Amino acid sequence: MDPHASCQAGRRGDKIRGDAWMAFTPTSSGGLEIELTSKLEALYGEATRHSLEQWLAQAGVENGRLQVEDKGAYPFVLKARLEAVLQKSLGKPEFQLAPEGKAEPMPPVQRLRPRRSRLYLPGNEAKYMINAALHQPDGVILDLEDSVAPAAKQDARCVVRQALHALSWGECERMVRINQGEMGLADAAYLRQAPFHLLLIPKVETAEELQALEKVVEGTDLLFMPILETALGILNAMEIAQASERNVALTLGLEDLTADLGVVKTVQGAETLWARSQVVHAAKACGLQAIDSVFGDVGDEQGLRESVREAKALGFEGKGCVHPRQIRIIHQEIAPQAKEIDKACRISLAFEEAQERGEGVVSLGSKMIDPPVVKRALQTVEAAISAGLLNQDWRETQG
Amino acid sequence: MALDTQECVRNAAGREIPAVINDHEAIPFQGVGQYRPTGPKAAPPIRSCADYPSSGDKQVESIKEALRRAGLRDGMTISTHHHFRNGDLVANQVFDAAKELGVKNLRWFPSAAFPCHSPLIPYLEDGTIHHIEGSMNGPLGAFASSGKMKGLGVLRSHGGRWQAIQDGEVHIDIAVIAAPTADPFGNATGDRGPSACGLLGFALADSVFADHVIVVTDNLVPFPCVPWQIQGNNVDQVVVIDQVGVPERIVSGTTVVTKSPDRQLIAEYVARFVRDAGIMKEGFSFQAGAGGITLAFALYLKQFMKEAGVKARFIRGGSNQYLVEMLEEGLTDYILDGQTFDLDGVRSMRENPGHINTSPFTSYNFHGKGNFASFVDVVILGATEVDVDFNANVVTHSDGRLLHGIGGWQNCLFSRCTVLAVPSVRDRIPVIVDQVTTLVGPGELVDVVATERGLAINPRRTDLMEAAKGSSVPILDIHELKAQIDRLCGGAPAKPKFADDFIAAIQWVDGTTIDGVRRVVS
Repeated sequence: MDPHASCQAGRRGDKIRGDAWMAFTPTSSGGLEIELTSKLEALYGEATRHSLEQWLAQAGVENGRLQVEDKGAYPFVLKARLEAVLQKSLGKPEFQLAPEGKAEPMPPVQRLRPRRSRLYLPGNEAKYMINAALHQPDGVILDLEDSVAPAAKQDARCVVRQALHALSWGECERMVRINQGEMGLADAAYLRQAPFHLLLIPKVETAEELQALEKVVEGTDLLFMPILETALGILNAMEIAQASERNVALTLGLEDLTADLGVVKTVQGAETLWARSQVVHAAKACGLQAIDSVFGDVGDEQGLRESVREAKALGFEGKGCVHPRQIRIIHQEIAPQAKEIDKACRISLAFEEAQERGEGVVSLGSKMIDPPVVKRALQTVEAAISAGLLNQDWRETQG
Repeated sequence: MALDTQECVRNAAGREIPAVINDHEAIPFQGVGQYRPTGPKAAPPIRSCADYPSSGDKQVESIKEALRRAGLRDGMTISTHHHFRNGDLVANQVFDAAKELGVKNLRWFPSAAFPCHSPLIPYLEDGTIHHIEGSMNGPLGAFASSGKMKGLGVLRSHGGRWQAIQDGEVHIDIAVIAAPTADPFGNATGDRGPSACGLLGFALADSVFADHVIVVTDNLVPFPCVPWQIQGNNVDQVVVIDQVGVPERIVSGTTVVTKSPDRQLIAEYVARFVRDAGIMKEGFSFQAGAGGITLAFALYLKQFMKEAGVKARFIRGGSNQYLVEMLEEGLTDYILDGQTFDLDGVRSMRENPGHINTSPFTSYNFHGKGNFASFVDVVILGATEVDVDFNANVVTHSDGRLLHGIGGWQNCLFSRCTVLAVPSVRDRIPVIVDQVTTLVGPGELVDVVATERGLAINPRRTDLMEAAKGSSVPILDIHELKAQIDRLCGGAPAKPKFADDFIAAIQWVDGTTIDGVRRVVS
């Protein structure tokens, strides 16, 4: 490659907001030249020039011409764009600029936690990330795979890493969906030190794939959520579920699966019913959570509600979201419903009374209650309390 | 005429304002409710029926002829109105005619100017129009911001415009009222006709106080045009032209419910706050403007009202489809409407007895015996900036450019609970700042700032803080809110660089000057 060739990163155009485009042309002498055009010249022009100079100095770049078109990019985005352009220019895809300041403390890594909703955020679209946590999904997925154009993979990797450090993600579990195969391993290697909890691994078909990834993330606490989205992956669900100690949940992708099966994806979903049940069974058999695919029609609230009810009935504990407005609906539908809670409370009380009396058999009215039913009732009460549908002191009002 | 646009004085809010505004000495803002002028109101000259046709037919053949007969000459003030918003076809024709008549140095006194009026920029350049006093949206605002306008722009609220006319601060020589329907006597209404826009409230003061009143319509009906909104007894001449407005532009982009999840979240927070703080109760009232967030707010509130079985006594419009639905579903007894934002509003005003036509006099005028705005229970407004003292800006952007009018915004601040619903940051431009670029609304009147990060309640409103305690809406200190945004943006932004000269004055509701806008140096 011509050592003086210009490299680019970021996005440009009239419709771009909250982002920047950069081009760097190395020179062998003459110092640094920064050409910045910014929508925010009056407010942040000087600050941006200063930051760019500082970051270039950190990178040890002393000569070259940097062109920047700024459409209101936040500092972490500017940094990600500069990082990407320098990676390309230096021919060092592993090059990283230290994130600004200290990252917000992250909630602890937990194998078992609610994963009712996980919001997909395209990895190269910083503007959707800024306020994602305010909509309170259980998890966010910064996506490097299907939502990122092939030419933007490296750019997205930089945005995702800087965003994980810079943004406030609140109580959300922070997930990254890496690419398939070799690129995915490189994604994981690039991000392994970043503050996040879990890797979503696409199109897993064999245990070996997870074992390869294990080596890359050795020494970290990262959890895995394999996505099964081929016929082979579905058939190997058990093997995949057991392949890594880091696995906490299994999920599946229906678009790719139906393509692989050569069938049309329908709203009713008969064509993938078996696959979904297989994933639920494999997950439960291995003590993992079963998480359903996304519901793609953002405008169809009723359709989403039905889809969540159906998923819940099959044994899924969560669903993917493609838009923040889906989050609350999913939470509402996954939460135990009023009748269910009421019954669970009565069973729980009966169970406690039976225990006090030292009786092994729980009965409600004239009906005997089997132990697994009691167990599920206790779980329902727990879930209702954590979803805010039941007071901690429900016994006083119900009892 | 040479104006010293640089001389300035400091007002009670600590802001530098121009000492002289277009040859008149400015009255500096003295604090909310402090300035009490005395004396009689202004009045138009006495007229005699002897000078008007006893047939009642006041038609003349063209706008130009009507202006000529009205005695148009250099330096006069011509008023027009924005009922058609960006679809107005009349104001441009008025100044085309003025240009043809060769008059100069006119003062244009619109209730608001829109991008559709940008063809008037050449008349500002060639001296036909000396300057604009009225809200300037879009290209005219940009023109004024660049310092190219000969006089100072003067921005007033809807209520302040009535006050300035009524108090004699602005004397209108000729009022041109575009009317969707009128009769030859000059009775006029906005609620019907091919360019129906609902009501003509913004022209009411002009019709009463101007020396000369011309009604321009494209839908002449035989006398009587009933019910009339403008009384023919105040009208001198009637002109019929082909088209007064473009109906589809009357419905502006501001009447579309936001699709942005962040903005929906703000709307939902506000609605939950209104519910949880006990403001939403039987017989309450609210006003929500035409912005995307406020429309979404109305939808959330409607849902909560239904759930709680609560009915409002009245809703103050800007009416639109969503408010009309609430009226027609029995969720409110009345819509007290100041302007109609869409065709549903126009239809409802024509058909529903509970949809009432109001004016800046009834709703907003501060120099009157009370006004409706002060007893609305809660009003939801927007802003371009809010500072940590709850002072707010609605006319300039953080880069100093003048881009928006005031509308009824200042007048609404007097409601029992004023909520500014704003995103906390817009593409790295913080909305919560240490000090507003331009002071338009004093912080003592702003009760709640609602953002996607939560609500900041003005510490002066301990009652609201107490009332919101049980709410699940996140409440945070405004300084904490600002800190969060500054962290995200990489620190507070730099201040824009201003020249010494002023390009506009911002009037408070009582006719005093609350701030000046200086020219931005690029």
